[in-house]
Amino acid sequence: MTAVRAEGLFKVFGRKQDEAVRRLLDGASREEVTKLGATPAVIDASFEVQPGEIFVVMGLSGSGKSTLIRMLNGLWTPTAGSVYVDDVDIAKIDAAKLRQVRQQKISMVFQHFALLPHRTVLENAAYALDIQGVSKEERRAKAVEALELVGLKGWEDKYPAQLSGGMKQRVGLARALAAGSDIMLMDEAFSALDPLIRREMQDQLVELQASLNKTIVFITHDLNEAMRLGDRIAVMRDGRIVQIGTAEEVLNDPANDYVAQFVADVDRTRVLTASSVMEKPQYVVNADAGPREAQHVMREKHVSAAFAVGRRDNRLHGVVYDEDVVAAVKRGDQKLDKIIKNDVAAVQEDAYLADLFAPSAESKLPLAVVDQAGKLVGVVPRVTLLAAMASITESPDQDPGAHSLQPVSAAGAASGQEGAAQ
Amino acid sequence: MSESFDVLEPRIDLGQWVEDAFDWFTETFEVVLDGIDTGLGWAYETLLSGLNAPPFLVMIAIFGALGWLARSWQFAIFAVLGFYLIAGMDQWEGAMQTLSLVLISAAVAVILAVPIGILAAKSQPVSNVVRPVLDFMQTLPPMVYLIPALAAFGIGEVPGIIATVVFAMPPGVRLTELAIRQVDAEVVEAGQAFGSPPGRILRQIQLPLALPTIMAGINQVIMLALSMVVLAAMVGAEGLGLDVLSGLSSLNVALGVEAGVSVVIIAIYLDRIVAALADRAPVVKAAKVRD
Repeated sequence: MTAVRAEGLFKVFGRKQDEAVRRLLDGASREEVTKLGATPAVIDASFEVQPGEIFVVMGLSGSGKSTLIRMLNGLWTPTAGSVYVDDVDIAKIDAAKLRQVRQQKISMVFQHFALLPHRTVLENAAYALDIQGVSKEERRAKAVEALELVGLKGWEDKYPAQLSGGMKQRVGLARALAAGSDIMLMDEAFSALDPLIRREMQDQLVELQASLNKTIVFITHDLNEAMRLGDRIAVMRDGRIVQIGTAEEVLNDPANDYVAQFVADVDRTRVLTASSVMEKPQYVVNADAGPREAQHVMREKHVSAAFAVGRRDNRLHGVVYDEDVVAAVKRGDQKLDKIIKNDVAAVQEDAYLADLFAPSAESKLPLAVVDQAGKLVGVVPRVTLLAAMASITESPDQDPGAHSLQPVSAAGAASGQEGAAQ
Repeated sequence: MSESFDVLEPRIDLGQWVEDAFDWFTETFEVVLDGIDTGLGWAYETLLSGLNAPPFLVMIAIFGALGWLARSWQFAIFAVLGFYLIAGMDQWEGAMQTLSLVLISAAVAVILAVPIGILAAKSQPVSNVVRPVLDFMQTLPPMVYLIPALAAFGIGEVPGIIATVVFAMPPGVRLTELAIRQVDAEVVEAGQAFGSPPGRILRQIQLPLALPTIMAGINQVIMLALSMVVLAAMVGAEGLGLDVLSGLSSLNVALGVEAGVSVVIIAIYLDRIVAALADRAPVVKAAKVRD
């Protein structure tokens, strides 16, 4: 089941709307239709948002993204096409039913916060519950909980005018969270904030998402924001969705020149992850076997150090060095564990390249890349990192490396983001 | 209409048609007009006898206390001195009559204006119809609609009230429409997005956010109502306006000045009280809160 599904969605303003849709479907361009007196804002948009996904719609102003998001909760009625929320076509239900869907299934966060200035932070956070007809005590309890989640504990009795922009948007977020709906629409939610605060809010959203697992449709004109937040990104231009894919897909395989140009300036080191540049580990010894076997492997591969990895679980235990191995063999040790050193630089597979430079510079060995279970999944030698950087900066369209691993999960991305934030 | 129409010497009997229409109207809706006559007359008499019930010194103290509650002790002193001056100029009786007329007219105007303004803000067709009607009401010389008011209700306070309502209402409608339209569209959208029905959006979002501007409209209504006192006196409404009129007809400067100054004092008093109430609108208060 999809959380939100759009099928052949059109929104045309102005005159002769239906004819405009017909002509657009027949392949007419936006300009041709404009001559009719119609203004197409969204043209033939289709996509599916999976439960628990952050789906980012990115485009410049006038690309139709704000109109698109407003059709997802029925603030705008589509000229043609359907929107399904939990498999209910919201264009086909009456006003009362639609209000019910909005109350229970889908909440919204606004660009300019849209708080009620004459109500306190607590009352604002409880607004959706008030509309739902929840009792006063329960309303209060849930609003307090939501405010605590967004870090506004102790601000309950303030008025919006007393809050900074970032805090106001936290109230907006708390209001949407307190509503208890599974789907959240975020319309340029962080665009009105200072860059530093915006960054902070993005981190907080990712962190919250890791535990709450909402379905989020996030609108933005900021590509970096799209890349940081989106499990998948839909790029919009002139009312049409020109590409849907993960951040890496959009970067590495842009659907057309427009997208390529758009992503040309992106800091790829903050999008590409360790898993996209890592190589197969070569120097690996069995941590459960004895020093004799380790010595054999290291001699064969001509290396002075090797990663010690569990045979069954492939877990990274640490590093062994040649002189220790030789000494252990001499002593006649049966186990490796005494000489396994922990001074290995290990990074998560979803860590961004930008965060690999410091550990890589400090480590004599290649960086070990591990998954969440601590399994060794690859290594990033310094030369590989530098080569990847070179290919990124020279020609943005070139594939910077094999990325055999699948895109990171939302939860994985969250822990990576936390790392990046520190 | 049976005579042939001469293009070169046109005579269009608009006045006659309106009069015919008006005659038809007064006959058809006689019951309604009688009801309005009785209702407004009763409201006026009740308010006036209320204002006249206590001795004037007690009334002055009440005006002072209201001023204190609404604004400050400085304003209370102004109110006491001002109303004492009115009494000292022998204008007390007229002042209370004028105050009653203005308050009743303004109340009726506001009760009509605010809902019309809300409707006009919500519906473009209504707005398109209302706007020229308001233009008409504001630009037609007020004396002109004194005539039908007089014809329908006879001499007395009621035609004065009706004419005042017609003259004072437009800014109330206009500012209410403007106020509702000016409410941040995103906040209204937020109400819709969380599933609030339209009536609740109006009550919980649009009206509270529009209130300061609506109050400015109400203030305008009261000021315009005050400016009508002389005209109201011409159809027989008693009060300060009548003194101004008799001052004019007998070239009595002293009487005219005393009545005029009394009007000004009442105007300032009402203006400041309404402004103070506007400052108590929740939106204004919340914006002023500092820790």
